[in-house]
Amino acid sequence: MTTHDILNYLPYSPPFLFVDGLDYIDCDKVVGHFTYHADMDFYKGHFKGFPVTPGVVLTETMAQIGLVCLGIYLKGGVPEGSGMGFGLTSTEIEFMHPVFPGEKVTVTSEKQFFRFGKLKCKVSMRNAAGREVCAGTIAGMVIAKPLQA
Amino acid sequence: MDKETLIAELKTIVKPYAKDEAALANINENTDFINDLKINSANLVDVILDVEEKYNIVIDNESMEKMVNVKAAMEIIESKLA
Repeated sequence: MTTHDILNYLPYSPPFLFVDGLDYIDCDKVVGHFTYHADMDFYKGHFKGFPVTPGVVLTETMAQIGLVCLGIYLKGGVPEGSGMGFGLTSTEIEFMHPVFPGEKVTVTSEKQFFRFGKLKCKVSMRNAAGREVCAGTIAGMVIAKPLQA
Repeated sequence: MDKETLIAELKTIVKPYAKDEAALANINENTDFINDLKINSANLVDVILDVEEKYNIVIDNESMEKMVNVKAAMEIIESKLA
C-alpha cells in the first residue's frame, strides 16, 4: 500500500482533514505532516484577536496521522462497504509550545501495541524549527461504524 | 495457585480501569468486567495485556473473547499456566 492509498482511505475532508502527506510508514512507525493555513475557521475564535492553534486540533492532527494512517496501513486498507471505522479511546498529551497560523508541523508516531483491534502509540509533534510542541500517548480502536439514528 | 490469591491479583490488575469502586471492592468469581466493574472495551484490551505480562502468557483472540468475567479469566490463566 502506498502513502497515496492511505490518504485516499482517510475518512476525513476539509475543514477536518489534518494530514497533508506522509513522509514515512512501516508496521511500527509513521511520520506525516500538516500545515495549518491562516484562514482556518477556528483561528477566528481561538483566541479573540490572538490566533493560536487549539490543543484539540493538535491532538486531532496527531490522531489522524499517528493512529488512523497507521491503523489503515496495519489493516491493509478500508474495504468499500466494510463499515470499518476508527474511534479515539484515550489521549494523554502534554503541550509545550504554541503553534501559530501558517505553521507546518510534523508528527512522528511509534506503535506501542496493536492487539485485539486497539492501537496505542507514542506520538510527538515538532514545528518547522524542529522543536517539540506536544507529545504523549494516544489510543484508538478499529470499530464497526454505528448505524445513523 | 489458590482462587483467593488469583482473584486478589486480578483485582490489582483491573483496579486502574474499573469505574465502579463498590463492585471492585466486592470482586468475586461472578464479577463481570464490563457490566459490573464498568470497564470499557478499550480498557479491557489493557486488562488482557496486563494479564499477559503478569503471568507471562499469550492470550489469543478466541480466549480474549471469552474473557468477560473473573471466572473466565481465572480459567484461561490457569489453563495457560498448566
